Amino acid sequence: MADAIADTRRLYTKPQNLNDAYGPPSNFLEIDVSNPETVGVGRGRYTTYEVRLKTNLPIFKLKESSVRRRYSDFEWLRAELERESKVVVPPLPGKALFRQLPFRGDDGIFDDSFIEERRQGLEQFLNKVAGHPLAQNERCLHMFLQDEIVDKNYTPSKIRQCCLG
Amino acid sequence: MNFFGFGQTAEIDIVLNDAETRKKAEHNGEDGRKEKYFRFYDGETVSGKVNVTLKYPGKRLEHNGIKVEFVGQIELYYDRGNHHEFVSLVKDLARPGELTQSQTFDFEFTHVEKPYESYTGQNVKLRYFLKVTISRKLSDITKELDIVVHTLSTYPDLNSSIKMEVGIEDCLHIEFEYNKSKYHLKDVIVGKIYFLLVRIKIRHMEIDIIRRETTGTGPSVYNENDTIAKYEIMDGAPVRGESIPIRLFLASYELTPTMKDVNKKFSVRYFLNLVLIDEEDRRYFKQQEIILWRKGDIVKKSMSHQAIMAAQRFEGSSNPEKSHSQSAEDGKS
Repeated sequence: MADAIADTRRLYTKPQNLNDAYGPPSNFLEIDVSNPETVGVGRGRYTTYEVRLKTNLPIFKLKESSVRRRYSDFEWLRAELERESKVVVPPLPGKALFRQLPFRGDDGIFDDSFIEERRQGLEQFLNKVAGHPLAQNERCLHMFLQDEIVDKNYTPSKIRQCCLG
Repeated sequence: MNFFGFGQTAEIDIVLNDAETRKKAEHNGEDGRKEKYFRFYDGETVSGKVNVTLKYPGKRLEHNGIKVEFVGQIELYYDRGNHHEFVSLVKDLARPGELTQSQTFDFEFTHVEKPYESYTGQNVKLRYFLKVTISRKLSDITKELDIVVHTLSTYPDLNSSIKMEVGIEDCLHIEFEYNKSKYHLKDVIVGKIYFLLVRIKIRHMEIDIIRRETTGTGPSVYNENDTIAKYEIMDGAPVRGESIPIRLFLASYELTPTMKDVNKKFSVRYFLNLVLIDEEDRRYFKQQEIILWRKGDIVKKSMSHQAIMAAQRFEGSSNPEKSHSQSAEDGKS
């Protein structure tokens, strides 16, 4: 008879600490890819992008960082992650080889709209990858995002949390 | 069935003795369509009448015997030819001879054992049925009547809650709790998810009910997973210290009791799958088995007693004396 109506009252929960409730969340991670700049002259020209990172995740050594990267650096990062981690790495925006052919009507790979499209794709790529818990363990990701220069002769390794928080 | 294409010379009709009073239960067919069948429990007697009606009165029906069988069998879809009969009872209704007119035969299978619940699944079917056979030289005339068997359990003595802390190191730690480990089919899952560490960007959280049907043994085991239900329990990003409540009513879903190793042929198990989805559509999940069992129907008497009390409570305002004594009675129960 007692079981005729089920007891659906909530389970007991600990009251939440107000600092936790109203303080900054522990998952703050923002990555921007911006300020494309074409460097070099003639056939040696290439475009670099500013990669800016802001975070409070303890796994990142710097809470704020800004580096410049070119498309081939992104390709390197993608290849490293595919090989070293179990992450299913999202695709990069296209390589656009056809844009590098001569006799085009526009500026080829230095065309403003192309650069903007690529910039957006690179930003999406980084946000997707950097938020992945497994990718965050890879040395190559941290080197790409926060070291001045990408050392392609580095030794791949896994990162453990470097500071408590 | 009749090689000469004249159609059946006789029609068989099976009628249960308690057809008027016996409850029917819905059961899914292989094609997914629901139909109602008479519902039996283990140990109940199956009795009735077999009406054999001659299509052409005056024309004699020669036969090699008439019998009725009560069969419980398991059919694996990948091995349709082989039926595994775990219950097989026969009653002879008539010796070889001939029928000159339509006739009715009585039968009774007393206190039949029905050890397992009827089940129609993705790769296996367990069914019970009565089958009447009029044996003849060229082709038999048969008729089947399916019934549905439910297995009942009572409240388990031990029914501990499920409470566990899980997560990804340094990224996500949660503690989940479900109030019981064994639920009946009309029960409510009451639980909570407590966030200990949230370093990923969660977009929402859901709880799924998954049925896993396992068929075959040894090296050729096949698991078929079906998501029976998806129920969103949180929309938005949680932070540390937050608790998300769970209240999931099982009666709205098509569930069966947990069946373990039925006749060593198949199992049906249920799992709760807690799924967290982040901003990039990555899924983090934790599966936990729950045991489902079937509770007997509430005895009619007490149900109407409750209804009477509820009705009088409502009318009580017109008769203060009556309502006063009524609420005293309420307090007792």
